[in-house]
Amino acid sequence: MGSKSSSLNKIPNAQELMQETGFSAAHILRLYERFEFLDVDQMGELRPEDFGAIRELSMNPIGDRIISAFFSPGKETVDFASFVRILAHFRSTETNRTRDGAQPEPANSRTRKLKFAFQLYDQDRDGKISREELLQVLRTMMEMQVTEEQLQSIAERAIQEADLDQDDAISFDEFRKSMEKVDIDHKMSIRFLS
Amino acid sequence: MAATWQFALFICMFLMESRGETPASDVTTMTITNLSNRTEVAPSSGPGNNSSEGSTSLAVVSWRWEHVSTPYLVALWVLVSWLCKFIIESLPSFVTNVIPESALLIAFGWILGGIIWAADLQQTFSLTPRVFFYFLLPQIILDAGYSMPNKLFFTNLGGILLYAILGTVWCAATLGLSLWGCQAGGAMGALDIGLLQYLLFGSLIAAVDPVAVLAVFEQVHVNEVLFIMVFGESLLNDGVTVVLFNVFDAFVKLGGPGINAVEIIKGIISFFIVAFGGSLVGLAFGLLVALLSKYTKNIQIIEPGFIFVLGYLSYLTADMLSLSAILSVTFCGVSSQKYLNSNMAESSVNTVRYVMKVFANGSETIIFVFLGISAIDKTIWVWNTGFILLTLLFILVYRFIGTFIQTWWLNQYRLVPIALIDQLIMSYGGLRGAVAYGLAAMLDDQRIKEKKLMIGTTLIVVYFTVILQGLTMKPFVTWLKVKRAAVAEVTLVEKVQNKVFEHSLVAIEDISGQIGDNYLRGKWKIFEEKWMSRFLLTSEARKKQDYIFNVFHQLNLKDAVGYVDEGERRGSLEFVRNESAFIDFKKKFGDEFSEVMPDIMAAASDDPDAMRRNPVSSVSLQMHEKTMQGMRETEDIDAHHLLQQHLYKGRKQHLHRYSRNHFDINTDDNEVQEIFQRTMRNRLESFKSAKMGLAPAKTITKHTKKDQQQKMPNGKSTDTSKNYYANNEGFEFSEGASGLEASGGSFPFRVNYRAGAGIENPTFMPDQDPMAPTQIPPWQAEDEPDGSTVSPSQRAQVRLPWTPTNLRRLAPLRISNQSTDSFAQADTPASQEKDKKWPPPPPPPSDK
Repeated sequence: MGSKSSSLNKIPNAQELMQETGFSAAHILRLYERFEFLDVDQMGELRPEDFGAIRELSMNPIGDRIISAFFSPGKETVDFASFVRILAHFRSTETNRTRDGAQPEPANSRTRKLKFAFQLYDQDRDGKISREELLQVLRTMMEMQVTEEQLQSIAERAIQEADLDQDDAISFDEFRKSMEKVDIDHKMSIRFLS
Repeated sequence: MAATWQFALFICMFLMESRGETPASDVTTMTITNLSNRTEVAPSSGPGNNSSEGSTSLAVVSWRWEHVSTPYLVALWVLVSWLCKFIIESLPSFVTNVIPESALLIAFGWILGGIIWAADLQQTFSLTPRVFFYFLLPQIILDAGYSMPNKLFFTNLGGILLYAILGTVWCAATLGLSLWGCQAGGAMGALDIGLLQYLLFGSLIAAVDPVAVLAVFEQVHVNEVLFIMVFGESLLNDGVTVVLFNVFDAFVKLGGPGINAVEIIKGIISFFIVAFGGSLVGLAFGLLVALLSKYTKNIQIIEPGFIFVLGYLSYLTADMLSLSAILSVTFCGVSSQKYLNSNMAESSVNTVRYVMKVFANGSETIIFVFLGISAIDKTIWVWNTGFILLTLLFILVYRFIGTFIQTWWLNQYRLVPIALIDQLIMSYGGLRGAVAYGLAAMLDDQRIKEKKLMIGTTLIVVYFTVILQGLTMKPFVTWLKVKRAAVAEVTLVEKVQNKVFEHSLVAIEDISGQIGDNYLRGKWKIFEEKWMSRFLLTSEARKKQDYIFNVFHQLNLKDAVGYVDEGERRGSLEFVRNESAFIDFKKKFGDEFSEVMPDIMAAASDDPDAMRRNPVSSVSLQMHEKTMQGMRETEDIDAHHLLQQHLYKGRKQHLHRYSRNHFDINTDDNEVQEIFQRTMRNRLESFKSAKMGLAPAKTITKHTKKDQQQKMPNGKSTDTSKNYYANNEGFEFSEGASGLEASGGSFPFRVNYRAGAGIENPTFMPDQDPMAPTQIPPWQAEDEPDGSTVSPSQRAQVRLPWTPTNLRRLAPLRISNQSTDSFAQADTPASQEKDKKWPPPPPPPSDK
């Protein structure tokens, strides 16, 4: 559509965003449409309530965490650039080859992906997944029938597996180590439609 | 047990087969019947006369070979094939590492064929389509479907379907056309085969064989995506090939002029109806099995049988409706596995898995051996160099071309594209096998004059691909540095994280507003949870079906096994008491107890490396402790069952085999009686002894422990350790509790034992002395009939595991048995009279 090419101009810093995130123009456009759709009151910014309006998301056990990952600490809103930057974590690495070495690390690198996943647990952002934090995640994800005691022993075990320095919590390094064999690119990428 | 089943079923199958066939007396009938006719000649001249004369007088023993000949020969041949496998497995490992098993089996078939040929029995053994398709193939496909990694399969379903359908059609069409072209070009001499016949041949030879593929790829360990692509393709492609074959066969029947556009369209429609109809039939049967398994709790013994019967029925039903039987049985397995595994008791699940493997592996072996034996049939060897070589060439070339084109197309849509090297392996992995041969044998020689040439060529293609490509596959994979499968070490963190990944992908797709794979997967999950699980799973199974929870359970089981294995490696479970356990304790409570438990600490620090060397056992112990705190009520999902099963075992071994209907251990009246008597007597003893001022028998309940502590002010070290246990909620131990605590019993008993062995206060001796032999830890006491502490766990691996229900039922009895057992043995004369078969317990080993 003719309106599409014109709308790319309407997006602030579109070129920079494409450069930074590796999304193509078509991707950016599509995401911008989605952004505007979510942005009910046309403020150019999304609030948590806007995310909450997505019906499927409310059924997602970790939906809340994903939503809060979009908001940097202390902020109540997210603008389009940050929105895209967050989503860029989920691009697959393989399509990234053409990037030059200028940027230190694209958002879809293994480490950044892991960091994102790590932050889903680490709600108090102290750089560690404590037992309580892990337990919270487990609690939301497991079925109702599992008892609290079972959850606790699972959390206990999971921590023990990853915890190398015996501080009863999982630091990011330990987290990365425990994920060493996982094909992160496989597991944490989606195909963005253009 | 499984092997017996397999055997019996095989015999039944073949018996049925031979009955069905005898009136028809087809030339291609199961050839074993031929042999039986031949061999009948000999006995009838000898002892056979006896029976004819015996009409007047009673024959005490008569020779009745003809009564049993067919099943007998079938069984013999099964045995011979399996012995081949046995011999192969005992070959030196450098041979088996280099040459794939399937190739070796074929080679053995040749040798056997050679022997038969030399004995002038040629032409009697061959794989007939009927035997192959009805008695050998179904279980292999069922096994493949049942053990299919579902998630991986459905994630890559698009690609698999593309390869299986388009790829097969492509291979069939190009091969047929090219051969026809070559014939027209005069490359094959005086051969005269029509285009349709060539297409028919192309379709049958396009069948990539899952058996051959699995046999090779399982040894190579390629990465899982590549594996599922090749395997899934070969599995579905069999179904597609058969459908394609039937369509072309119908076309051949119609003959060239009879085919018009309408017929072709009908052929295409029937292709899809047959394929998808077959899958649907399989799905229906799969769900039926799942539903059935929800209610089979009371007939646990035949519970595992249903999947086999219904799987076979789904195969036959689809075949009856002229739908694709192979696809049907595949999807029956795929759709039912999840529900079966969670619905059935653990022993049944293991049985199904095991029997499935026995069936599949057994018939796979038979197939390969018979493929080799088929080579001795001289009549099929019509040589046409052009035809054979061109077929081989085209198969290889078109497979490569087809794979590359399709992958290129597929990669446009794949998140993670398939690498070039993987494509190479995928193309090279197009092994042909028994399906192709079976189809070739089904060709109608009335209409296809060159049937023999085609069979011969198919055999050569099979040999060529299975042996040559199979042989070179491994070096190829190594040489090309194909990404191998990572060593599958499940960790809980990983699994939790996988789940988080899944959810976040769904969430991100929702947020970015696209309908992708994850979106669909999320929808399916919700649907499944809401409907499928509700109808198909028992309530307990639903409780346990959570993925993470399962992994947790598996890990615990593994730990327990590792823990026992470690014990066996060291000769006993002694180490639990001496090293890692106390190291754990030391770590946690060392500060508080180091001064009061000097001996324990010393023992622990004797071998400080022990824990580092054996992280498994120490972790397991930590878990052990934790789970005891956390999961006392939910013992049935805990590894302790396994522990208990490994630790407390003894004379019940042989008893359950007598029962056909139950595995329950205590069905034997005498045994129940015995336990009852022992328990009662022991209670009496303990009552008496308590009255007489000895320490009470049940030292293991919390309160008595405290009492005891007060009674023994001198035994300081033991008291404090006991105190520690008593204070720790996790070790509360009461009679009549369930199985969980039975294994936990090792802890209090350890203390008891220490109290006995580590007596340092001479003033205390008189009181303790009569109790000294009583301080035998339960595992030793139980093990004594076997004469060693090690063997029970080994036997435990052979035995069917007990179901949790059994354990729970059994536990109170056992506990009471153990807790008072010691007193029975203290009262030496009485107990020895009673239990003559039990040798006296050895004195407790001193650990100083």
